[in-house]
Amino acid sequence: MRTYLLCIALLSGGLYTEAQAKVFEHTLKNGLKVIVKEDHRAPVVVQQIWYRAGSMDEQAGVTGIAHVLEHMMFKGTKTVPAGEFSNRIAAAGGRENAFTSYDYTAYFQRLHKSKLPLAMKLEADRMHNLKLSADEFTREVNVVKEERRMRTDDEPHALMYEKMMATVFQEHPYRHPIIGWMSDLEALKVSDARAWYDRWYAPNNAILVIAGDVNAKEVFALAQRYYGPIPRRTQPPRREFTEPPQIGAKRLWVKAPAELPHLVMSYRAPTLRDPGQDWKPYALDILAGVLDGNGSARLNKHLVREQQIAADVGAGYDSVSRGPSLFTLEATPSKGKTVEEVEAALRREIALLVKEGISDEELKRVKAQVRAGEVYKLDSVFYQAMQIGQLETIGLGHQTIPVMLEKLGEVTAEQVRQVAEEFLQDDHLTVAVLDPQPLSGKPGTESGGMPHAR
Amino acid sequence: MPANNMLVRSIGVLALCCAASVALATPVIQHWHSASGARVLFVEDHDLPMLDVAVNLPAGSSFDAAGKSGVASLAHHMLDLGAEGLSEDDISRGMADIGAQFGGGFDPDRASLSLRTLSSAAERGKALDIMARVLQRPLFPEAILAREKARVIAALKEAETKPDSIADKAFNKALYGMHPYAQPVSGEVASVEKITVQDLTDFYRTHYQAGGAVVAIMGDVTRTEAEAIAQQLTGGLPTGPAAAGLPEVETRITASEQRISHPATQSHILVGAPGISRNDPDYFPLYVGNHIFGGGGFTSRLMNEVREKRGYAYSVYSYFMPLKLPGAFQIGLQTKKEQADEALQLVRKMLAEFVAKGPTEKELLAAKQNIIGSFPLRLDGNRKILDYLSVIGFYDLPLTYLDDFTRKVEQVTVAQIRDAFKRHIDPGAMATVIVGAPAEAAK
Repeated sequence: MRTYLLCIALLSGGLYTEAQAKVFEHTLKNGLKVIVKEDHRAPVVVQQIWYRAGSMDEQAGVTGIAHVLEHMMFKGTKTVPAGEFSNRIAAAGGRENAFTSYDYTAYFQRLHKSKLPLAMKLEADRMHNLKLSADEFTREVNVVKEERRMRTDDEPHALMYEKMMATVFQEHPYRHPIIGWMSDLEALKVSDARAWYDRWYAPNNAILVIAGDVNAKEVFALAQRYYGPIPRRTQPPRREFTEPPQIGAKRLWVKAPAELPHLVMSYRAPTLRDPGQDWKPYALDILAGVLDGNGSARLNKHLVREQQIAADVGAGYDSVSRGPSLFTLEATPSKGKTVEEVEAALRREIALLVKEGISDEELKRVKAQVRAGEVYKLDSVFYQAMQIGQLETIGLGHQTIPVMLEKLGEVTAEQVRQVAEEFLQDDHLTVAVLDPQPLSGKPGTESGGMPHAR
Repeated sequence: MPANNMLVRSIGVLALCCAASVALATPVIQHWHSASGARVLFVEDHDLPMLDVAVNLPAGSSFDAAGKSGVASLAHHMLDLGAEGLSEDDISRGMADIGAQFGGGFDPDRASLSLRTLSSAAERGKALDIMARVLQRPLFPEAILAREKARVIAALKEAETKPDSIADKAFNKALYGMHPYAQPVSGEVASVEKITVQDLTDFYRTHYQAGGAVVAIMGDVTRTEAEAIAQQLTGGLPTGPAAAGLPEVETRITASEQRISHPATQSHILVGAPGISRNDPDYFPLYVGNHIFGGGGFTSRLMNEVREKRGYAYSVYSYFMPLKLPGAFQIGLQTKKEQADEALQLVRKMLAEFVAKGPTEKELLAAKQNIIGSFPLRLDGNRKILDYLSVIGFYDLPLTYLDDFTRKVEQVTVAQIRDAFKRHIDPGAMATVIVGAPAEAAK
């Protein structure tokens, strides 16, 4: 058994005395990596199991299968009948759920600390004993289709986002929605679920994160007991996808029933790959904070409060992912303003950034928020476990957390200006516009001024 | 982004029944009246170097006068958009510089402003100074009011295109008629257009009074410090006669069904009636009973029959929303239009059966195990405890509420649930709203 313990103090700055935020790590013989974060404030524990398999690992024609399988994981094993997983967790006073993203699929339970063995037993069981019946599968795909209708088809902003991703990316699987295209959902078979499960659900493709009022050594022993006997599986090599550089701006319009137009500008941006050496992703993180990190951040201050061109604005960037990253700006025009005016206003903000950079006060302000956020996150054991699980599944490792904080602290104002200049360029840009359509029977409205001919 | 980048197996069931209980150690709640007249609830906890504070006022949307809907919401919204000596930018910049955050809540009963800050003296002091000013010396500047009205109106018009918002609005109207609880919390376009600075200052003077304020404090300060904080935040609130109470809610309604057309692919269905107030003696039997019927997530009857067995819907739930006066009992689901009527009939039949027969002993046992067993999860963070302090103080619940909770759940019987449901819920007198109704049936 390969055993080693890591102990990481999360903040070196001595900002708070409770910095004994210890993280312990141990890998079972079958390849399951177990990570424990002790937090003794309340007698509760969270178990999260993360599989390195998300929608980006799907093949063409079976989009949505990662997420459908996530649903099927509650539909019974050889010894635990359908629905019983949830019943037993509920009877133990637990709360549970699961989630699927582009990059991973994860399952979790929150319970009283005394119930951890039960949760482990059930989670370990469905890691290798899932029963997939055609009948259950058909019904559950119907549930997922309803989910798709609710979240995407009838949600104009989500619909626009889906179509935007399919435009931004041409080769990388991020172009497919996590929930899957409706035509694929119609065509999925239980054999697709079986193939997905057999391919990815194995201890050596998973990370177990346990956080809460537990003792790391005891957790490792429990993990060995419940997960240890599950055989490792040969993992065929993973197909690595890339997205070639964008060679010119793209633009799309989406028509959907809504009142207000909406604009999203998505720029291709770098992803964090070498946390100790990279600097651009950190500078882009700070840039997102300067634009939209607080009430007095630039976009809100300039576009909503001063110029009153936009009713709402936003900026976002996620450097932590398996695939390519985007830096996005978005805005809803205020009454009487057009998407063209709002786009021009966003472009003026970019030009100003590139020309004059940001002030030291702005930089200091964003860093103060980062530091405070590190303290606030200690109020949520669940969130801390999430952060660990995400960094582990995308391959950076939880040890990256303090490195990232340190590197964020080192970003200079000039670096922020440089990344704005390098990445917020038209050749890397996709512009998506929601063109609102009247509901049938409701007269069209004049707000927005979106040109309909195009 | 309107991020669709993570799908969750189930959206959180609206467990609005702020049931709390801990058979285990519950936080020690200290309680006093500040010199200002405000009630204070405080839990001292030095584990983390941070402080959470909330000030709650009886200034929710139900206090909007007829024809003035939206005033309460805008008054709350504009608190931190300009105060004596502080521009809106001074306020947001001042908070951001120290990493402090404002939060807040607004519903038919209650307007609240909350603060999260580091507890170190410099940060805490600055954050509380800003909060004190915002709460006690708001200016409601004319130019900012014009801007925010335009934003609110835009959001209201957008909401009028969304099937869930359309359904909520029609549902509240069907349940509450002319009662203030029927009013949309953010108001109506026509009345928001007419709101003046005077409306906001008048509302503020009447409804943001120290005597009605409930201050919740959780975290890294001492009792002496907490006393000073409570007084600092409420000593300068307006004083005067208490605002008039609300009219009674007529809990018996007649059955109704509205079908509203919408181009969405799904029908959004709501079924319900006025339910119970926060202090109703039947609170626990109804809370536990509803957990079994549609509040308990994946193990509830609705989830089992509608989603798991038939695949009709992704989300299906029921809840009681207990307010000062009887809030809604509501069942909700979304399903594709072609099967909407089938799903609706199923839900109606299930409700009638549950009211007639109640749960089984086995279901009751499972519900108790879950509610009691999960009690520690309700209190595993400072923010959660802060929210309980606010609810206990605002709704005048006993200070032993958390200590009593598990015992009260444990005492509930099948007969009590059946009896309470029969008295409060008449399946033959429910309001039904279907937005995006099946084409042939839509009016």
